[in-house]
Amino acid sequence: MATAYDNAMKQGAVTDGSGVPFVAVENLRKLFAGRAVLNGINLSVSRGKTLAVLGRSGTGKSVLLRLIIGLEKPDSGSVEICGQDIAGLALDQLGEIRKRIGFLFQHAALYDSLSVAENVAFPLQHHRKEMSKSDRADRVNQLLAEVNMEGNLEKMPSEISGGMQKRVGLARALALEPEILLLDEPTAGLDPISSGEIDELILKLQRERMMASIVVTHNLHSARTIANRLAILNEGNVVIQGSFEDLQQSDIGFVKEFLKQS
Amino acid sequence: MNDRDQTATASFSPSLPGREAVDLPVAITSPAGLVGGFFEWFGNLGIFSWQVLKAAVTPPYEWRELIRQLDEVGSKSLPLVALAGAAIGVVISLEARYSLSRFGAKSMFPATLVYSVIQVMGPVITGLVVSGRVGAGIGAELASMKVTEQIDAIEASAINPYRLLAATRILACILMLPLLTVAADACGLLTGWFAQTLVEPLSFQQFISSGFNGATFNAFLPPTLKTAVYGLIIGVVSCFQGMRTRGGAAGVGRAATNSVVLASLFLILADVVLVKFILVFFP
Repeated sequence: MATAYDNAMKQGAVTDGSGVPFVAVENLRKLFAGRAVLNGINLSVSRGKTLAVLGRSGTGKSVLLRLIIGLEKPDSGSVEICGQDIAGLALDQLGEIRKRIGFLFQHAALYDSLSVAENVAFPLQHHRKEMSKSDRADRVNQLLAEVNMEGNLEKMPSEISGGMQKRVGLARALALEPEILLLDEPTAGLDPISSGEIDELILKLQRERMMASIVVTHNLHSARTIANRLAILNEGNVVIQGSFEDLQQSDIGFVKEFLKQS
Repeated sequence: MNDRDQTATASFSPSLPGREAVDLPVAITSPAGLVGGFFEWFGNLGIFSWQVLKAAVTPPYEWRELIRQLDEVGSKSLPLVALAGAAIGVVISLEARYSLSRFGAKSMFPATLVYSVIQVMGPVITGLVVSGRVGAGIGAELASMKVTEQIDAIEASAINPYRLLAATRILACILMLPLLTVAADACGLLTGWFAQTLVEPLSFQQFISSGFNGATFNAFLPPTLKTAVYGLIIGVVSCFQGMRTRGGAAGVGRAATNSVVLASLFLILADVVLVKFILVFFP
């Protein structure tokens, strides 16, 4: 029986035509209190590509990311990461998959009892135990330099701004050199300059690391800048996915309204 | 409802994926939810305990976090426990001297104090003090981490939160309670003797030799070691309450309160069983 991974590979033209999908989501359904937040979602992202997921508030964009990384369990459908279905995996088995994924939370979710440097070092301490202290410190410095936060090593998360927290969250998400990056509203609540800087940073990471990325955002401008493809969710379904030009040419009323209002 | 609210409402609970949390204090004060809520809460607690046990016995072990928690539970509770033990020693000394005098059994004072402190009051007082300090601390800390998605972030970093957060705290409580009890007992005996000496001089050596005269390890070891069970109760209940929290600041407050209330209640109920167990198996 063909897996979602096989099917997604066959549907290269439907996705982005660029090869093996690192993330393949098929017929994904998630209910909360009897209401379908996601109602049969099909998406896939390949190496080096970025998919932006847009939609109104409450349409399940963040839930989609949480399902992909296994923080929520779907009611039906499948999520495959690099060809492996994550359904039914025990926490430690899921952990092996999660090491290949970097996740930036909407509010960064930095550990508030640890400094900036310790936050970034946290995944390394647990998964790169062979690393010496000095190597780890070098790696932390390098990661923080990548996100322009090299001067804030000893600060606590409460001492830095929201934009800075997002940068540190991004550095932490990149610590294990993931193949897949999931970003939950990376520019939400930031001023236009900080938003632009975060977008630039994501583009730079795409160029240098060739990760498969899914970005949940409300910011159409940001989505256009960083994504190869855009998908719009409404009432639990993907209304449309394609390039920005595809979206502009769409006759679907909701898409037209969404683009007009954005 | 925006995306963030949606996530918060239905967020993954490491204890109970996709399940609505049932609040035991709410369930047991509402007649409608009494039976269902009661069993659901205990069922969820059982699932949580199984997850923690599985995580605790499989590597990698979180030694660094365990040492941090031993310090947090042990050293930082020591002053409070010592003070409570000392106060109990004085109270028992005053009460015992008065009661024993009435029955002409003043010579029994040292043994009465020793047995009262070590077998009864020391363990229970230590358990309740640690339940208040550590139970509330663990409940609030984990609840705060839960509502700010820090526990999700730990999980997303491929680290098992049951192992890192729950197993280490529970183990620290289990290991530290007996040691803290010994400290409380020692302080209680010391202040009890001191209170007696102020009224009627009695050398410490005489007090000890008379108090422990004919005592065996069976008389003192099981009551001290039973506090490891108190530690288990405090650790499991407070971690469970913390890691299943929902609802922002109010949820954090509720988790802290429930951790203390439920841990203290279960601790006292467990004491009934443990005392009977000790009387039967360590007569």
